[in-house]
Amino acid sequence: MQLALFIIFGLLAVAGAINFLLQRHPINSALSLVVVMMSLAVLYWSLGAEFLAAAQVIVYSGAVMVLFVFVVMLLNAGEEERTHGSKAAYAVGFPGAAAIFCLLSFVFLSNGKSFGVTDLGNHLTHAANNIAEISQVLFRDLLLPFESTSILILVAILGAVVLARKEH
Amino acid sequence: MSHLTDFQTFFLLSILKIVVVLVITLTAVAYTVLLERKVLGRMQNRWGPSRVGPFGLLQPLADGIKLFLKEDLMPLATERPLFIFAPIIALTCALISIAVVPFGAVTHIAGVDMFAISDINIGLLVILGITSIGVYGIALSGWSSNNKFALLGSLRATSQVISYELALGLSLVGVVLRAGSLRLRDIVDSQAAHGALSWNLFGGFQFIAFFIYLMAAYAETNRAPFDLPEAESELVAGYHTEYSSMKFAMFFMAEYANMITVACVATLMFLGGATSPLGNLLPANFGGPILSAIFPVLWFVAKVFAFLLLYIWVRATLPRFRYDQLMAFGWKFLLPVAILNIIATSLVLALRG
Amino acid sequence: MSAAVPISWYLVLAAILFSVGIASFLIKRNIITIFMSIELMLNAVNLTFVAFAHMWHQITGQIFVFFVMVVAAAEAAVGLAIIIAIYRTRQTLNVDQVNLLKN
Repeated sequence: MQLALFIIFGLLAVAGAINFLLQRHPINSALSLVVVMMSLAVLYWSLGAEFLAAAQVIVYSGAVMVLFVFVVMLLNAGEEERTHGSKAAYAVGFPGAAAIFCLLSFVFLSNGKSFGVTDLGNHLTHAANNIAEISQVLFRDLLLPFESTSILILVAILGAVVLARKEH
Repeated sequence: MSHLTDFQTFFLLSILKIVVVLVITLTAVAYTVLLERKVLGRMQNRWGPSRVGPFGLLQPLADGIKLFLKEDLMPLATERPLFIFAPIIALTCALISIAVVPFGAVTHIAGVDMFAISDINIGLLVILGITSIGVYGIALSGWSSNNKFALLGSLRATSQVISYELALGLSLVGVVLRAGSLRLRDIVDSQAAHGALSWNLFGGFQFIAFFIYLMAAYAETNRAPFDLPEAESELVAGYHTEYSSMKFAMFFMAEYANMITVACVATLMFLGGATSPLGNLLPANFGGPILSAIFPVLWFVAKVFAFLLLYIWVRATLPRFRYDQLMAFGWKFLLPVAILNIIATSLVLALRG
Repeated sequence: MSAAVPISWYLVLAAILFSVGIASFLIKRNIITIFMSIELMLNAVNLTFVAFAHMWHQITGQIFVFFVMVVAAAEAAVGLAIIIAIYRTRQTLNVDQVNLLKN
C-alpha cells in the first residue's frame, strides 16, 4: 500500500516538477506546481503527518498557488521570451542543478541503511492521530514562536496592501 | 463472503458505495435544479416547469437530453487544454467532498462502514481543502475563455471565494472546539445526546457561527444574494460565458453539487448529522435492525433538504449585493464576528473545564 | 501488502524536486515563475523534514514544516505585491529588463 502510494505520487511529483521546468507559460507552470504540491500532500499523509497533508492542500494549493494564478491572470503575463541572460543561465543552471542532485542523492543513498524504513503502524488505519500532539507542542512549548509568526503574517498583510496599492 | 480476502471485500464494498453515492448525488443534483425552479416559481406566483411528466417531474431528464445533444461550440481564441480541463476540475472537486460525509449511523457489514465512503480523522479539513481546490476550475475557465466578461467574472469569483473561505473556516472552529475532533463522526456524536436540543445550532450556542457559515456558504457557492460572478446584468454569464453543451452542464452541475456539499456540511456541523432530532423520545432500536439503519439516513436527507429549501428561499427573497459591499461584508463584518465567536466559545469551554 | 519504503527514497525524491527547483530558478526569466521555483524548493525541503520526523518518531519536524508554510504564505503575499508594483512601474515581468535601479 505504502509502496504503491510512494511510487504513484512520487512519479506524479517528479513529472509535475519536470513539466514546471519545461513549460514556458506561467499559468501552466503554476498548475504543474499545484500537481507537485498535491502529490506531496499525499506523501506527507503516507508518512503519518495527516495534519500537514491537509495544511499543505489548504495553504499551498488552495491559497498560495491560487494567489499566483490570480496574479498571472491579473497581469495577463504571456509566454516568457528568451534573452541573452537565459543562455548563460542554461550553461550554469543545468550542470549546477545536476551536481547538487548527484551530491544529495549520493549522501542519501550511501547512508540509506542508517535512515531505516518507514513504519506506519496505526497511521493508515486512523487509529493514531497526531493533531492533538501537534497542538500540544504548538500551543504550549512553542507558544512564543507561534505568536510571533502570527504577527509576521499581520505585517505581511499590511505590507502587501501598502505595496500593491495604487499611488495617487 | 468467505472466499474473498478482507482487502477484496473492502475493495468491492467501497466501489459499491462510491457508485451508489455518486448516482444518488447526481440524481439529487438534477432534482435540486427542478426543486429550485418549482419553489422559485411558486414564490413568484407562477407554476414553474409543469409540462414534462406529472408535475414536471421529468423536467431534469429533458434538460439533460437537451444539454447532451447541443452542439459543443469551442471559440477559436481559447487556451484549449485549460478550457476543456476547467469544467472537469470544477465538477470533480464538487463531487469528491461527498466521499468523507457520513450520511448514516455506524453500520458495519463485513467489517466495512456502509454509511460513509471513508471515515477520515481529518474529514473536515479534507472538505475545506477540496473546496479550496475548486477555485481553480472557476479561475481557469475565465482565463482560458479569452473573453473579458468571462475573465472579469472569474476574477470576481476567485477573490470572492478565497475571501469567504476564511470566514467559512473560522465559523467551523467553534464547533470543532466543542467536539474536540476533526473527524466528522465525532462531531456528529458530540451533538447526539438530547436530539435537537444538543445540536450545535441550539444547545451548543453556535447560532452566530451558523449565521456566518450560512453567509459564507452562499458566497462560496456563488449563489444569491452573492451571485456576483454570474451577474447577468453586468457580465453576460460570468466565467462560463463561452461554454456550451456538456461543458456548460458540468459547471451547472458543479454549482448544484457544491450546494449539496455545503448543505451536508451544515447538517453535520450544526444540525446533528444523521442523528434523530427527537433524541431519546424514539427508542434506540425503533422498528427493527433494518429500519433503525435506514432512519438516520432519512433524517440526514431531510436536514439537507431543509437547508436546500433555505437556499432557494433566500434566493427568492434577497436582491444581489454590490461588489464592494460583498467584500466589505466579508472582511469587515463576518471575519471579526467569526473571530469573536471563537474567542467566546473557547473562553466558555475553558471556564467550564 | 504493506511493503515498507526506505526513508532514503523519500529523501532522494526531495533531492530531485530541489534540484529541479534550482534549475528552474536559474533558467526561468519570468519573475512569477522564479518565485514559484522558490516555493518548489521549500516544498522539497519540507518533504525531508517530514521524512526525518517520521524516522525519529518525533513531532518537531512536522512543527518546523508548519512554520515554513506560514512563512512561505507571508512571503508569497509580500512577494506578489512587489511583483505587481514592479509591473506597474516597468510594464514587464522579465528579470533581464528590471536590472536598473532607475528607469
